[in-house]
Amino acid sequence: MSNPGVIIAGAAETDQIGRLPGHSTLGLHIEAARNAVADAGLTMKDIDGIATVSAPGPVQVAHALGIYPDWIDGTGVGGTSFLLHVRHAVAAIRAGYAKTVLITHGESGRSRVGAPPFRGDPASPVGQFEAPYGTLGPTTTFTIPALRYMKEYGLTHEQLAYVAVAQRQWAAKNPRAMFRDIISVEDVLASRMVAYPFHLLECCLVTDGGGALVVTSADRAADFPKPPVHVGGTGEASETPMISQMIDFTESRMFREAGQRAFAEAGITTADVDHLMIYDAFAHVPIYGLEALGFVKKGEAGPFIAEGNTEPGGALPLNTNGGGLSYTHTGMYGMFAIQEGVRQIRGEAAAQVDNPQISVVLGNGGMFATCGVLVLGKNPR
Amino acid sequence: MPPRSKAVPVPTPETQPYWDGAAAGELRIQRCVDCGTPYFYPRPICPSCGSGSVEWFTASGQATLYSYVINHRPAPGFEDDAPYAIAVVQLAEGPRMMTSLVGVPATPEALVLDMPLRVTFEQRGDVSLPVFTPVADTYGQEQP
Repeated sequence: MSNPGVIIAGAAETDQIGRLPGHSTLGLHIEAARNAVADAGLTMKDIDGIATVSAPGPVQVAHALGIYPDWIDGTGVGGTSFLLHVRHAVAAIRAGYAKTVLITHGESGRSRVGAPPFRGDPASPVGQFEAPYGTLGPTTTFTIPALRYMKEYGLTHEQLAYVAVAQRQWAAKNPRAMFRDIISVEDVLASRMVAYPFHLLECCLVTDGGGALVVTSADRAADFPKPPVHVGGTGEASETPMISQMIDFTESRMFREAGQRAFAEAGITTADVDHLMIYDAFAHVPIYGLEALGFVKKGEAGPFIAEGNTEPGGALPLNTNGGGLSYTHTGMYGMFAIQEGVRQIRGEAAAQVDNPQISVVLGNGGMFATCGVLVLGKNPR
Repeated sequence: MPPRSKAVPVPTPETQPYWDGAAAGELRIQRCVDCGTPYFYPRPICPSCGSGSVEWFTASGQATLYSYVINHRPAPGFEDDAPYAIAVVQLAEGPRMMTSLVGVPATPEALVLDMPLRVTFEQRGDVSLPVFTPVADTYGQEQP
């Protein structure tokens, strides 16, 4: 790679995740930021770039932390925003616009303390052409493509349920995961129906928590207490603001496009990937992700997961923190997917994979609306 | 707190002809004058070729069931309807749109993908809302 390398030098979550009524959204940003900056062995005075989502926004977060940044990114495109922040920070550091970027996430998604109100604009395209039909958040929209996929590719209800079963096996190894009891396909199919074909255990959690990252240039890799995590390649893409307008309900174009960009930049193929995180707001999303990234052919991801390939002991460890289905999901889960990728490369994960060299993180924003992909590595590409 | 009512769409200048069409009992969508591509949702540019030369036309109202969920956690105002289907249909002209399905039970057995549907309209506040219903005999009952 001709461009100077960029690393994640600090990474941490809030002290606790789950149900935290004593923390506001801003308070979670602050705690996560302090933890990540301390993890990098730095102080707030070392930070010259800030990135976070639109609420509470980078100006509020920077000001609360006493930072007056030279570079600001307020990209707020849903749960994958933090992957895009990493990508944008790579560009800023290469361009010389910033030296040390802090990326923060905090969300009182469950307790909703100091959280922005849910609001829909009835004059927006979503407000005119989707909301009148009784949609109510992601469970009623993100889920709609699945039946089409099931018909086209023969994915069974049992295979869909097994996505949650496989991830619970990882969560069982992780003391910080909200749900840790081993479950069966029967348990999943017996759980309450939320939006057919999705049962409760095929839907993500709703929690409080936060996380933050410190990103800087690789020439400083020896300056930090933790081993560097190299950002070997990144990709971003968008597809649709309305689920009804997704190009093809059986595949995610944006997952494929962002993935191809990240893999090409890093110079890797799927065979090089030792560890994988795919944003799992619902059980079908890892299926779309595995196929879009090229790990399996179209229609093969359901059986691939059900045959045990992604669970502990399998060839392709996937969502090893337990994922949004079992670990935590504040609403914008992408930060937690990155954190687990970093922990795995550093060798400090709760359910540690054997010496992974490359971890790939795929984030989703909205309902198949936006995507970011990161290739993280133990070594520079 | 009084019960909240179902969401009512608020037209914008660019979408007004769609809602005017619905009030007249027609499903009006747009197509590109230059490349001919029909598209939905209403906007003053062709998403296929970028042309600003676009026109309204009345669609056939015929569609097929592309995908759906059966929602058990009702949105405000939908409490008496739950569980209810939230569907995406493919219009005969090609574009897809979200809709409700009426005149058919909200069950997996009754809602078979690719079943033929036709548009009908439901009053919502001051607005007429396009919804879809199975065409006659596909669900074993005559539709009004």
